[in-house]
Amino acid sequence: MNQYTVIGFRVERAGPLALLQDAGRFGVRRLGVTQGGPADLHGWAWANRLVDNAWGNPALEITFGGLQLVAERDLTIAVAGADLGATLEGSPLPLWQPISLREGETLVFGTPRNGLRAYLAVAGGFQAEPVLGSVSCVVREGLGGFDGRGGKLGDGDRLAVTADAGRRVQEKGVPAAECPDYTSPATLALLPGAQVADFTGDSLFAAFNRPWKVDDRADRMGVRLTGPRLVCRIGSLISEGIGLGAVQVPPDGQPIALLNDRQTIGGYPRLGALTPLAASLLAQCLPGQEVRLAATTLERALSGQRRFRDAVAG
Amino acid sequence: MSRAMNCKERLPRIESAGLDGWMVRLFARIDEQNLAWLGALARRCEAEFGEALIDLVPSYTTLLVVFDPLRLSPVSVRHRLVVLLADLEPEEEAVAGEVRELPTWYDPSVGPDLERVARHTGMSVEEVIARHAGREYRVFALGFAPGFAFMGLLDESLEVPRLETPRKRVPVNSVAIAGRQTAAYPAVSPGGWNLLGRTTARLFDRDRDGFSLLRVGDRVRFVPLARAAFERQGGDATPAENHA
Repeated sequence: MNQYTVIGFRVERAGPLALLQDAGRFGVRRLGVTQGGPADLHGWAWANRLVDNAWGNPALEITFGGLQLVAERDLTIAVAGADLGATLEGSPLPLWQPISLREGETLVFGTPRNGLRAYLAVAGGFQAEPVLGSVSCVVREGLGGFDGRGGKLGDGDRLAVTADAGRRVQEKGVPAAECPDYTSPATLALLPGAQVADFTGDSLFAAFNRPWKVDDRADRMGVRLTGPRLVCRIGSLISEGIGLGAVQVPPDGQPIALLNDRQTIGGYPRLGALTPLAASLLAQCLPGQEVRLAATTLERALSGQRRFRDAVAG
Repeated sequence: MSRAMNCKERLPRIESAGLDGWMVRLFARIDEQNLAWLGALARRCEAEFGEALIDLVPSYTTLLVVFDPLRLSPVSVRHRLVVLLADLEPEEEAVAGEVRELPTWYDPSVGPDLERVARHTGMSVEEVIARHAGREYRVFALGFAPGFAFMGLLDESLEVPRLETPRKRVPVNSVAIAGRQTAAYPAVSPGGWNLLGRTTARLFDRDRDGFSLLRVGDRVRFVPLARAAFERQGGDATPAENHA
């Protein structure tokens, strides 16, 4: 297990949920293995980009905060995504920019101020043994993470990095448009799906014209939205593959947007699927927050995705 | 693929499944014959899309094709799928699968719904076991959890509804039925299926290449074992209620 001997951090306090995530686990969904990967791909990609990491490097996804890390060596890091009130040696930690950490310095994540999930990338990436081609940590499946068994970070864990984790990187600006304000009411772009016509007219009107509230039943599998009751003329389907961001509507009429750790197949009718960027945005919404669904087109979704990937490729 | 067409349902159909996916719907009903068509389509997709292909999720009547929309635009993937479908032929060898035996101890202590199923179907427990173990099943899909294989079709006489209140913790390796399907739980999980027994098979094994014992297309038989043989083969005889 311990081929990774360069330790970057010691976990002083793990907090509620900190997980290692690379881009995700692909090519194995036919075995019932879920995608995993960062719930907010956007924030994760920027954290990596800021320390010059190639796409797909493993970074930490810190949910809610509460994580306390001590640098075991000099490190170059960046934190993007949510503002969880992080401090470095007691001073506020700047987000969306590379930071040099000295051996022995303490990094503390507080509580959510703007968004829910922060991404901590280290130059060269964190190191762990891939499982089925990925280190993405899926707790429910017992796959990935630093222990290879789906373990979230625990107190006392030591996190392996590469030998060049302290390398200098060029300071680079993140375009303001790429640093979202997660507290403003979110509009989630949705590509209508095949069953959209099976919902009653009233339901469709409500789906796209009324506000939805993020329920506290929200995790990496999916986020439940509460609001008007949607009525679908079909109750269930023969189970079929579910894509990222699929918005399924169980018989109670309250939609669930499915995220990275969703089950691979399912049988509820769907309104459609959020765009990847909308799924990222939803993953930053706190329970109680208001969101709206807005129908979009493939062309617009694709150009939005291109803009993001071009910006992050810089 | 006119033979698979169903005029009323206008199949096959390519449906939107988000920016990076198309759902190819080939059939309206669950049927063993679907497997060879879906397997053939999966093979053709692998050859056609190469590096742009991110994942394939086969299920009973559909194949979800997941691709990188920045490498190959959604519109062009759709066009190519239309072309693939135009001359698709079923390929038995694409889903020939393995023949797998799942040694299983059927007993009320590890299969706490055996008696419920017997009551529901009007059969004796012995008859329930004989009918469950008496036929070969195909694996139609994997999902719910890694290595969880949905198998069918179950003898009609064994069709029983799911539990009204799902169990919070179904013990690992539990053998279960629901509707016209059967499965074995690769890991402890919640579940509403009727538990008949427990297998000694390692369904999801991290040390095995590919991890999952069962794959879509496999032919599976449950082989009844006595308690002694079950324990000798490493089976866990702890009663189900002690796992709760």
